Amino acid sequence: MTHGDMTVQEITKVQELIYTTRVEDVMATDVIIVDPSMTVADVRALMKEKHISGAPVAENRKIVGIVTMTDIIRAMEEGMLYEPVTTAMTTQVKTVLKDSVVAEVANSLGIKGFSRLPVVDHDGMLVGIVTTGTLIKSLLRQMDRSFQKNEAEKLHTYRASHIFQDIVSDDTSLLLRFVVDDKDFSNAGKASSMIKRALQRLVVNPQIVRRVAVAVYEAEMNLVIHTDVGGEILVDIRKDKLSISAVDHGPGIKDLKQVLQPGYSTAPEWIRDMGFGAGMGLANIKRVSDMMKLISEPGGGTRLDLVFNLDHSQ
Amino acid sequence: MKLRELTEVLKADILVENHGPDEDIPLGGAADLMSDVLAFGAAGMALLTGLTNPQVVRTAEMAGINVIVLVRDKNAPPETIELARELEITLIRTSYTMYEACGRLFSAGLPGLGVVKIRNDSW
Repeated sequence: MTHGDMTVQEITKVQELIYTTRVEDVMATDVIIVDPSMTVADVRALMKEKHISGAPVAENRKIVGIVTMTDIIRAMEEGMLYEPVTTAMTTQVKTVLKDSVVAEVANSLGIKGFSRLPVVDHDGMLVGIVTTGTLIKSLLRQMDRSFQKNEAEKLHTYRASHIFQDIVSDDTSLLLRFVVDDKDFSNAGKASSMIKRALQRLVVNPQIVRRVAVAVYEAEMNLVIHTDVGGEILVDIRKDKLSISAVDHGPGIKDLKQVLQPGYSTAPEWIRDMGFGAGMGLANIKRVSDMMKLISEPGGGTRLDLVFNLDHSQ
Repeated sequence: MKLRELTEVLKADILVENHGPDEDIPLGGAADLMSDVLAFGAAGMALLTGLTNPQVVRTAEMAGINVIVLVRDKNAPPETIELARELEITLIRTSYTMYEACGRLFSAGLPGLGVVKIRNDSW
């Protein structure tokens, strides 16, 4: 990759961030607030002390105006140094809602020329402030965070993908074991998720990863839905092939021919309400796998064996 | 179609935002049966569904789907929102019914998969 490509990627990342980050995540919350009872001279002293060039004027967090260095200088020229700041401030205040996206702020700060935007909540109360400085600082921090996340994933992938080169034997295989609890609907899919991630880190062809993910997820749902004891998923990864077994000691299957018919289902109503149990699971698994074998007998549990050939030319 | 146009056409709210408005959505699909999503879901497809349980997000993850649209103004439970955040999937909500949401997107130029066939021996 050339340096030029990197720059383009980073710019895209900034664009992505400004559309996905909310103002409340980039604003400064320790806002210096000017009280309406202060005089122009008080404000001048405050700005000097705090090294700021402007501040919102607010009473009990309700914004009544905004005052900048330009307003102060003009007031001094007009001999109004000891007048209340409310006579010198700008009363038309451009504010931004705390849950709007950063892109909105970037537009006001960059193109419309505002130097600071008070941030308000839905009741119009002042909750923070954004300036070009706070914006850039937080975007840089976030880019750094997502950069680190990417780098960490690259490192995992690098380590995992070399396992078959680094560990030498006549026939190396990596065995992953997952325990699947029955009727635990909210955790169903976690094993499949981990298997998908493992294969991605092993740099298996993405099309094959997708087929495996679909098959193993259907198999995992079968364990969750149809067994009363849960089961186990075993994934045996070799250089050229992947063997997966979903094993349970549940009630077993009465008629193996029947369960392989697309549309045949014994799933209870509540499972169907959740979008499963349409009788397509085994048909899906069969379609995506290179080999499928289903062994079961009533009372003797069920074993589903799958094989996927791994294409290492890619 | 860009994600921006999709949300405009559906007058949709973004519940979990993991993709920018310029994200390209090559095609759409709708299903309440998760096995159908696994069978016919294509990578990058926007999935319209009336289901809101976390398994919708899991199914999307397995099928390589990045954007899920919940129809009929259904609110997603916190577990679903949480999982979408974790798996970096964008979750959108529209008040249109499934029929009308699909119709609007299709008229606006978002294609579907065309004719599909399901056979025991096909992939």
